[in-house]
Amino acid sequence: MQLEYLGITGIVLGVLKQFWPVWLALGLVLVVSLTFKKRLGLYGHLFDSGVGVTGILICLFWLFTAMFASVIVTFDPLAQVAIMKGALPGAVDPQSGAAYLFGGDRLARDIFSRMVYGSRIVLIIAPAATAFALMVGTTLGLPAGYYGGRIDSVLSFLANLVLAFPVILLFYLLVTPGIMDTPIPYTLAAVFFLFPIVFFAVLFYTRFKTRPERLYPLLGLTFVLGAWIYAGLVFDADPLDLISISPNQLNIFVAVVFASSPGVFRIVRGLVMDIKTRDYVAAAQTRGETPWYIMLWEILPNARGPLIVDACLRIGYTTILLGTLGYFGLGLAPESPDWGTSIKEASRLLRAQIHPALPPTIALMSFVLGLNLLADALREQSMKD
Amino acid sequence: MFSFILRRLGVMVLTMFALTVVVFFLVNLEPNLKKLAITQTESRATEEQLESWLTRNGYRQNFFVRYGQWLGVMPKQPNIDPATGEAVPRFRFCDEPSEAAYSGLLQGEFGCSTKFRVSVAERLFPALGATGILMFWVMAVMVPISLLIGVLAGMREGTRTDRTLSMASITTTATPEYVSGVIFTVIFASWLGWLNGSAASATNTGITFSNFTLPVMTMAIYGIGYIARMTRASMVEVMTQQYIRTARLKGLSFSSVVIKHALRNALIAPFTVIMLQFPWLLTGVVIVETMFRYQGFGYALVEGAANNDIDLLLGCSLISVFVVLFTQLISDIGYAYLNPRIRVQ
Repeated sequence: MQLEYLGITGIVLGVLKQFWPVWLALGLVLVVSLTFKKRLGLYGHLFDSGVGVTGILICLFWLFTAMFASVIVTFDPLAQVAIMKGALPGAVDPQSGAAYLFGGDRLARDIFSRMVYGSRIVLIIAPAATAFALMVGTTLGLPAGYYGGRIDSVLSFLANLVLAFPVILLFYLLVTPGIMDTPIPYTLAAVFFLFPIVFFAVLFYTRFKTRPERLYPLLGLTFVLGAWIYAGLVFDADPLDLISISPNQLNIFVAVVFASSPGVFRIVRGLVMDIKTRDYVAAAQTRGETPWYIMLWEILPNARGPLIVDACLRIGYTTILLGTLGYFGLGLAPESPDWGTSIKEASRLLRAQIHPALPPTIALMSFVLGLNLLADALREQSMKD
Repeated sequence: MFSFILRRLGVMVLTMFALTVVVFFLVNLEPNLKKLAITQTESRATEEQLESWLTRNGYRQNFFVRYGQWLGVMPKQPNIDPATGEAVPRFRFCDEPSEAAYSGLLQGEFGCSTKFRVSVAERLFPALGATGILMFWVMAVMVPISLLIGVLAGMREGTRTDRTLSMASITTTATPEYVSGVIFTVIFASWLGWLNGSAASATNTGITFSNFTLPVMTMAIYGIGYIARMTRASMVEVMTQQYIRTARLKGLSFSSVVIKHALRNALIAPFTVIMLQFPWLLTGVVIVETMFRYQGFGYALVEGAANNDIDLLLGCSLISVFVVLFTQLISDIGYAYLNPRIRVQ
C-alpha cells in the first residue's frame, strides 16, 4: 500500500501545532518575567543579554516539553504500526489519519513521539542526579577545604580515585544488569541519599540551636520528608506510593551521582580554601561560632555564584553522561525512548536511513547548548557584581 | 622539585593499587563471574557445568589470593588435570608455567584475555598503538585550532569576532562525540559521500584521509570548544595587564604586541587545560572507536567489559589510570616550568 506524505510545510506546521502547550506556557512565562523583570534579581538580569534569553528559552522549551509530553505526542512512543516501518518524515498513518511527523524508525515507532517522551526521562534524571551530586560534593567538600590536613588528604585521594577512573569502565562495571542481584547499587543509594538529610539537619541545627521553637519544626520537617523520600527511593517502600523508582533507574541514578560528585567536591573544596581567608570568616571565628556554622552559613552562601554556574553546566554534563549510557545500551531498557538509546539505535543503521538519527541528536545537543548558554550568561552576571 | 615528583609518583602507585582492587572486586562479583563462565563454556551449559568451570580455572579461590596472584606476590598454582595428573594450561591460547610460579603484574605478565583468546599484552599493546595514532591526529587538529580560536576571540574582547567565536565554542562543548559523530556521518558520508563512515579499514589496509577524517574530527570537536574558552579567558586577562598597555603606548603595532608580548603569557593556562583533557579524551576514544569500528584501546575496553574479560579489564584500567595521572603530573611540572613566578619558588 502506498503511503501518503505531508509536504515540508505540512510537517513544520504539524510540529508547531503539536507543541501548542509549550508555546502557551513559554509565552506566559516570558510575559510575567518581562513585566516583573526589575524585581526578579539574578533571574531578571538574565533577560538583559541575548545569550541569556536564548539559554532560558531553550531550557524552558525542553522543561515544558517534558511536562506536557503526554499532550504533545501524536502516538504512543512504544507502539509499532507495521506499515510505517522506516517511513520517511511526514508519512500519514492510514489507520488513524495522523502523520509520523519525523518518520518511523526501524521498529515502526513514531520518532517524533519518542523524542518528546525522551525529554521526560532526561529532564527527570539529569537535574535530580545533579542535585544529589551537589549535596554529596558540598557536604564533603566543605570540611575538606575548611579543615585541610588529614581529612582533606583522605577525601581528595578518594575523589581523585573516582576521577581517574575511565567513566565508561565505571559505567560498564556499575550498570550491568547482573549488578542488580548484588546489594551494591542499594548500598550506594543508601549512602548517597543520606547526604541531603544530614546536610539539611546540620544546616538547621547550627543556625537555630539556641532557638528550639524554630529548630524543632524544621528538623522534624527534614526528617519526615527525608525519611519519606528515602523509603521511596532506596527501599521502594513509600507508604503513600507517590515516590517510586524502578531498579534500573535507581542504578543509573546512583552511577551518575557517583561519577559526578567528585567534580563538585573539587570545586567546593577550592572555593572554601579561597573564602576561608576572608575577614568575615575570621570575625565569625573570633565570635566563637562552631566550624560547621561557619562552613554552612558564612562560606557556602558566598560560594553560591560559581556553584550555580557549575550546577548549570553539570546538568548538561549529566545529560551527556546519560546519553553515553544509552549509547552503550547500559541500564535503560532497549526500547526506552530516551535520546541516548535512540541515537544508538539510529546510528547503527546510518547507512540505510538517516532521518531517525537526527531528532534525538539535535534534541540532546540543543538542550545541553541551552544549559551552557544559561551558565555563560549567569557567569557574566556574577562577574558584574 | 625532585621530592615533589617522588611524592606524586608514590600517590600514583597507591591510586593504581586502590583502583585495581576496586575493579578486581567488581569484575569478580557473582553475576559477572557467571557471565564469564557462560561465554566461555557452551551456551547450553547447566548450572553445575558453569560451577565446575569456575572451580577448575581457579575462580573460586579466595579473593585476596587471586588478587595476589594477579599482582604477582602470590605463586600461581598450575592447573592439574585430575584424570592424568599432568599440568594443563587454563587457557589453550596462553602459556602458563607448569609448576607453581610468581607470574603476575610485577613480573610483567598482564594475564590472559578470555574474549580475544590471546594474552593481554599481545592484544593491548597493538591496540594502544592504534589509539596512539588516533590521539596524535586528534591533538594535531585540536590544539592549533582551539588555540587560534581562543587567541583571536580574546585578543579584542567584546567585538563581533569574539562573540561569534565564543558562541561557536559553546556550541561545540554541547556536542558530545556520539552526537557530532552522527551528524558528521550524515553530512559527509551519507549526503556528500566524501568520507568513509567507518574506520574499520584503517586497521587492515592502513590509514587514509577518507577513513580517518571522521573519527579525528568527531573527537577533536568536543575538546576544541573547551580549550578555546580557556585560552580566550587567559588571553583576555593578559590583554588587560600593564605591560601590554606599556608596549602599546611605546608605539608597537597591535599585531606585534599580541605575538611578542601577550601570546607567550596567555598560553600557560591552556597548556594545563590541554594536559587535563586526557581523561575526557579517553572516554571520547571509547565512543569514537565503537562508533567508527576502529580497533584500538577503547574498542578492546568495550569488548572486554561486555564479556567480563577480567585480565583485559584490569590491564585497561591500569593503563588509563596511568595515562590520567601521568598527564596530571606533566601538567603540574610543565606549569611550574613555564611560569617563572612559580619556578623561582
